[in-house]
Amino acid sequence: MVEVSRPVKWALRLLALGYVFLLVAWPVGLVVQHTFEDGLTNLADTFADPDIVNALKLTVMVAFWAVAINLVFGVTISVLLVRYEFPGKRVLSALIDVPLSVSPVVVGLALLLVYNGRDGWFGPTLEANGYQVVFDSPGMIMATCFVALPLVIREVVPVLQEIGDDQEQAARSLGAGARQTFLRITLPSIKWAVVYGVVLSTARSLGEFGAVKILSGNYTGRTQTATLVVEGKYQNFEQGTAYATSFLLAFVSIACLVVVAFLRPKKTH
Amino acid sequence: MTATLDEVEGPAPGPASPTGRRLRRARRSTPRNTLTRGAALGLGISMVWFSLLVLIPLAAIVATAGSGGWDQYVTTLSNPQTWAAIRLTVTQAVLITLVNVVTGTVIAWVLVRDRFPGKTVLDVIIDVPFALPTIVAGLVLLSLYGPESPLGLHWANTERAVTLALAFVTLPFIVRTVQPVLEELEGDVEEAAASLGARRTTIFRRIILPSLTPAIAAGAALSFARAISEYGSLVLLSGNLPYRTEVVSVRVLTFIENGNKAGAAALASIMLAVALFVIVALDLVQRRVARRG
Repeated sequence: MVEVSRPVKWALRLLALGYVFLLVAWPVGLVVQHTFEDGLTNLADTFADPDIVNALKLTVMVAFWAVAINLVFGVTISVLLVRYEFPGKRVLSALIDVPLSVSPVVVGLALLLVYNGRDGWFGPTLEANGYQVVFDSPGMIMATCFVALPLVIREVVPVLQEIGDDQEQAARSLGAGARQTFLRITLPSIKWAVVYGVVLSTARSLGEFGAVKILSGNYTGRTQTATLVVEGKYQNFEQGTAYATSFLLAFVSIACLVVVAFLRPKKTH
Repeated sequence: MTATLDEVEGPAPGPASPTGRRLRRARRSTPRNTLTRGAALGLGISMVWFSLLVLIPLAAIVATAGSGGWDQYVTTLSNPQTWAAIRLTVTQAVLITLVNVVTGTVIAWVLVRDRFPGKTVLDVIIDVPFALPTIVAGLVLLSLYGPESPLGLHWANTERAVTLALAFVTLPFIVRTVQPVLEELEGDVEEAAASLGARRTTIFRRIILPSLTPAIAAGAALSFARAISEYGSLVLLSGNLPYRTEVVSVRVLTFIENGNKAGAAALASIMLAVALFVIVALDLVQRRVARRG
């Protein structure tokens, strides 16, 4: 391996560290500092505000359902994509990635066009039968599902491909049923990939903003999620609570990252 | 989920696709490669959900945009405010992609080839923009570059705020695509070149850079697509001033809020087309790389 000269090495190191420090590390540090400027007052104020507490509960609820749905759907699709051949497989596997590069605002608009109760494609029928999607939690869960859709699949598919199906075939030839094979052979070998996918989806789901903003209607105390609270509070010049709520969101997402960084090496060994 | 594997061997439903020699060969060597009845049921349920969630809503955008015909596009795009938003978004996205090509490659290089205490921390920090909620990203940047900046920079509500937000959210893309390739790169070739008298710049230009190019291209495409579609991090930071700091996503949102769904759909369909183009381009790049081995 070729070594770069000492000055070049230092220049590259400085550029990399400087860029990341100025763009990410310092600003994130400042938010933490702002949150704890007056001790724990900001956090205490945040938890004393019923609207914020409601928003946090709603965020957790929406994220939970979105992650649960994406987990089931993601593992199913991954197994289908890797273990079976069917017409349209290539198209499906390309379409799965679409949500990653679609703007959250476009996601919101797309769901709004189909499910809004006034002139949506399915919205009026659903509302006539008592199912409100838009401006209520189902719509928010759908929006969150949409943006986090590929995360589990992208983790599980490569692992499934790598392990091959020798063990599964062996289990089947020894008389194990399909369900038994899946639970005892397939699932344990993709366990870490699934956990990793779930952690990433959780981080993404807790933090979704644009799509949820369009589909929730942003009603304070009813359909406002934590990210919407941050926007609302900051624009109302309640910086303290905005920073504290941001800190909570950032803390959870960075905790997810650390968990993942912890799990990753285990997966490769 | 259990439906996927409930059934044991069953006849493959529907006509099997006889496309391609590869598929037929695969089926001959592993006869279980077709769908079982249970798997078909699982696929069916998944496809219904996928259609309801993704395909039908995206089709609705195209249909709504198309129902207005070309006139709709002409009206939407000829609006000077919309045009300004498109111009700003594209210029900033191109600019930040170019910045990322340089900084992303340098960071990946430092992460793989350099050794210093705290490198693991740097590695984790790179992922922070992926995990951080976008609205929080905006607030985070405001704390250093906003009105209360300890550096005395007042970049909020200027074009620089847009650059900053895009730089923040796209930081990991090129780093994370280049890093694995750089890790796999064999040192022997470089040493052979060095032993034959090649200088460091020559080695970098003729040996290292060519093997990194596909990864850089893939990362650049991802970061461009992300930059074009960014919304959350700009809300607090850029102020969304018409003609100055308003990006395309914000324009779409304004259309939605004003009840102009046709206009919103027209603009959104263009963004969708760009996203699809990037996905297809990426698929082609990756397949070319895979073929090369």
